[in-house]
Amino acid sequence: MTTKLMGEPVRRREDLRLITGRGRYTDDIGHGALAAAFVRSPYAHARITGIDVDAALDVDGVVAIYTYEDLVGPMAEPLPVLIPHPQLTAPRTGYPLARDVVQHVGEAVVMVVATDRYVAEDVCDRIAVAYEELPVVVGVDAAREAVHAVHEDVPDNVAARHHQETGDVEAALAASTHTLSFTQYIERSACMPMEGKGVHAVWNRDDSSLRVHTSTQASTSVRAAIAAKLQLSLEKVEVVAPDVGGGFGVKIVHPWPEELLVPMAAIALGQPVHWAEDRREHFISSAHERQQRQEITVGYDDGGRVTALDVRGWHDNGAYTPYGIIVPIVTATQLVGPYAIPVYRVRIDSVYTNTVIVTPYRGAGRPQGCYAMERTMDRIAQDLGLDRAEVRRRNLIGKDEFPYDHHLTFQDGRPVIYDSGDYEGLLDKLIALVGWDRAEERRAEAASRGKQLGIGMAMYVEGTGPGPYEGGHVQVLGSGKVLVSTGLTSQGQGHETAFAQIVAHELGVPIEDVEVTTGDTRRFGYAVGTFASRAAVMSGNAIALAARGVRAKALRIAAEVLEADVDDLEIDEGVVQVKGTPGTAIPLRTVAVLSNPLRYAFDEAARQATQFAGPGDDSKPPVAVGDAPGLEHVDYYSPIRSTFASGAHAAVVEIDPTTWEIEVVDYAVVHDCGNIVNPMIVEGQVHGGVAQGVGGALYERMAYDADGQLQNASFMDFLMPYASEVPDVVIDHQETPSPLNPLGLKGAGEAGVIPGTACIASAIEDAVGRRIAAMPISPTELYDLVRSPDAERVPAATTGVPA
Amino acid sequence: MKPAPFGYADPTSLSEALTVLQSEGEGAKVMAGGQSLLPLLSMRLASPTTLVDINRVPDLDVVAVSDDGVRVGALVRHATLLHHAGAAAVQPLLARATANVAHPAIRNRGTTVGSIAHADPSGEMTSVLALTGGSVTVATPEGSSAVDWADFFVGPLETSVHGPAVVTEAFFPALPARTGTAFEEVSRRKGDYAVCGAGVTVTLDESSRVVSARASYISVGLVPEVHDLTEAVSGRTVDEADWSAAGDLARTLVDPDGDLHASADYRRLLVGVLTERTLARAAQEAQNR
Repeated sequence: MTTKLMGEPVRRREDLRLITGRGRYTDDIGHGALAAAFVRSPYAHARITGIDVDAALDVDGVVAIYTYEDLVGPMAEPLPVLIPHPQLTAPRTGYPLARDVVQHVGEAVVMVVATDRYVAEDVCDRIAVAYEELPVVVGVDAAREAVHAVHEDVPDNVAARHHQETGDVEAALAASTHTLSFTQYIERSACMPMEGKGVHAVWNRDDSSLRVHTSTQASTSVRAAIAAKLQLSLEKVEVVAPDVGGGFGVKIVHPWPEELLVPMAAIALGQPVHWAEDRREHFISSAHERQQRQEITVGYDDGGRVTALDVRGWHDNGAYTPYGIIVPIVTATQLVGPYAIPVYRVRIDSVYTNTVIVTPYRGAGRPQGCYAMERTMDRIAQDLGLDRAEVRRRNLIGKDEFPYDHHLTFQDGRPVIYDSGDYEGLLDKLIALVGWDRAEERRAEAASRGKQLGIGMAMYVEGTGPGPYEGGHVQVLGSGKVLVSTGLTSQGQGHETAFAQIVAHELGVPIEDVEVTTGDTRRFGYAVGTFASRAAVMSGNAIALAARGVRAKALRIAAEVLEADVDDLEIDEGVVQVKGTPGTAIPLRTVAVLSNPLRYAFDEAARQATQFAGPGDDSKPPVAVGDAPGLEHVDYYSPIRSTFASGAHAAVVEIDPTTWEIEVVDYAVVHDCGNIVNPMIVEGQVHGGVAQGVGGALYERMAYDADGQLQNASFMDFLMPYASEVPDVVIDHQETPSPLNPLGLKGAGEAGVIPGTACIASAIEDAVGRRIAAMPISPTELYDLVRSPDAERVPAATTGVPA
Repeated sequence: MKPAPFGYADPTSLSEALTVLQSEGEGAKVMAGGQSLLPLLSMRLASPTTLVDINRVPDLDVVAVSDDGVRVGALVRHATLLHHAGAAAVQPLLARATANVAHPAIRNRGTTVGSIAHADPSGEMTSVLALTGGSVTVATPEGSSAVDWADFFVGPLETSVHGPAVVTEAFFPALPARTGTAFEEVSRRKGDYAVCGAGVTVTLDESSRVVSARASYISVGLVPEVHDLTEAVSGRTVDEADWSAAGDLARTLVDPDGDLHASADYRRLLVGVLTERTLARAAQEAQNR
């Protein structure tokens, strides 16, 4: 019997390559290409009054210099608004190279192409761009006050007013026994993949075709964008995502200006051109996320059950809105989490600032929503003197209430209807896992060591696996190899392993025979991309369906040659056999040869197949009507709506009341992503997410000053946690399969990060007994907080620079 | 993040190094471990005309231990000093402080003398040089001379050495009798530059009473300073001494700046806390030496 594969911790097949330096990233491809570098705006808001390249032309090795004036046709138009929305009333995007006005430090103004990157940077140093400075808007509060406008024609700085409500919230609040209101902030952080962006483009003059390698989460869409913007026929453009050194969301945005400009230069110059983003460029010209101001009013009864929730938010979307208002929509709709909220209203203004654009970063608006909801639960508990876990329990959606309709509209335009879950089960497991009921004992023990111990929890529900579709192609070769491809890309998550597990399981072949390709438009042309915790749900199910198609065809062919009934056949270890009749069998590889009536005996497989080939039926064509040669199948999975994964986290922190250092000593996760393909991969995803959650809660912020200069644009001052700062994570799983897809999967990619800020804030509050209303929090800020006479102090340091 | 063009020289003797430095003039820069210099080059925050790489100069990678103290050559890596038992026996602060220098990969390349010559007030070894009353040896075309720490550090990233010169060694005097030391930092992440650090020495008399308590801080002030805290604990036995009083005194003596990671107030808080903690440990140690 074939080894069990689904649900098993199969070792990641990509790791040997990736951790021994044999991964192939964009920077490993095409040595000898010309190098691009960019002159970027040093000002957050300024009018370009002149560009002088004269001194640069003398540099030995300069090949070309491009400014906005050199862009033609669609390239001279603004970059696309990828995801329009009726409430996005003032969308704005930049140009591939700035036209008249720069809207943030780091916006590309000039592209230089030279013999190598060193020379290209020398050339950049000699280009003089003259600017006339304009007033700068930094932070949600400044944007909201709108003393100055980011975009001249958007005087209130409001790109969108997102608004959803499920009833008359004002009446419900008025009728509530208790109400409370509070304001809180959450800061900017960013994806910070180890590999920045990177593009390598080769133009083939002989057949007018373009091959682009780019470090992207959406190669098919980059292909379409390049074809449209450079006015090329789609079939002449190939886009490949090679090994990608992390994405976390920033590489789902497309086309990045460089993904258009580098191919443009390669075509114009007739030579390969390459660009590798450096870390400073990544800080100031890619994307950030998370800054919001939240004003929350909640109504509840004596038992702590929520009767109404009203959330007023301001979301900093940075200088442009190429990715629409996905982030605030996700915040708005995922905020309610696992709770039944009878009446809910959310209004979030998405506002412009003169800072780097804001697009989804792992969690994509959910950490902010979770922070709003979970801090609300804590406040209700504090107000009523109830246990925080108990208040949550009383508000949970019951196990028997699925499907549960929140009467909200999700990011994909579909209703927020939870497919399945068991939230009380999560809470019970979490309480046991972290030892919630032993907190007082631990607090006393820590106090004896001079430490203040606190415990916090946070729960979440995560809409995962949104459509519209993904596809999969599965092909069995005469060699027995099984080729699998899907269009979505991989950034190290373990897709090769998980998809191979699915195909080996569905098809009944050894996993070693399965080869997986992702993100290569030469292999699969239709795809959406890797984001929103959707790869396993979308491509996993599409590949499973494709494998089932192959299996059906294999059984049909085998049934003919074995003169058996299809229903009596099984495939095990790559051999089709009659159940219970050993010896009546045909290798799947032979079936693959037989599937093609053109059977030149190039190899042993074809020669072996002849023994099974019958005389043929002269009355029928060699390939039957409706059939196709080859043992392969393409299928697509398109969900009716998203699946909803869920989880609960708890953190235990210890604070040194002399230095106010904060240590997360325990971190517990209960996680439910439906059926699990590979628990080791899921746990790895959770660990990585928790690390980013800890980073967002305690370390990371984008420290813009009032002039819009990012003060910490390097890994020396932008503090991501090291392994030494990330606690050991203990995990318990719960599996409530999704009824919406064949494999019963829900997404797992983002889960680990979502409750981090909320649950660590809760734990710190529990430890020090002071309201935590702005996150992240550092020791120096905690020291300010505990010294403040104002118990409800809301530090409004929303530019990231401590006051 | 690629350096601007620069010349490169790899002299094989000290005199050759000095000759190159002299001929290249102000734009030349000495490189030993490169751990601070190369990032500055890559970010184009520094653009020397010539890098004078002294790694091939012989005899600079020596740790020489005597009863007087420890001489550390210009090519001695932090990691070597960290694991040098002989050096630690004569001057325990060397191992204690180098353990706090960044991460192993940086300690394996970065040099102690390079770090001192870089004169970064957030460097550990600048403060240790000050606290131990050390000096550096500066070689110039005219010859070598010792420069006392107090005359060496002029400002942040600035020393009194100008013109063609190589700092060839640092000398850390031996720890006096009945003296204990301690070193501790608070940093945002393990291995980061300290938000605040403290190195201290406590000297006792024969009846275990404090006769000297001195401290030098990391990331506090523009240049290394040594603060005498003796008056707060003078004449007390180790068990009687009120180390928090010394911490309070220290807070009044320092003038820290705020930055992204810590306000000036918070640094001042840490000066007190770290002073109290380290003095208590150093005093315990002094009793046993």
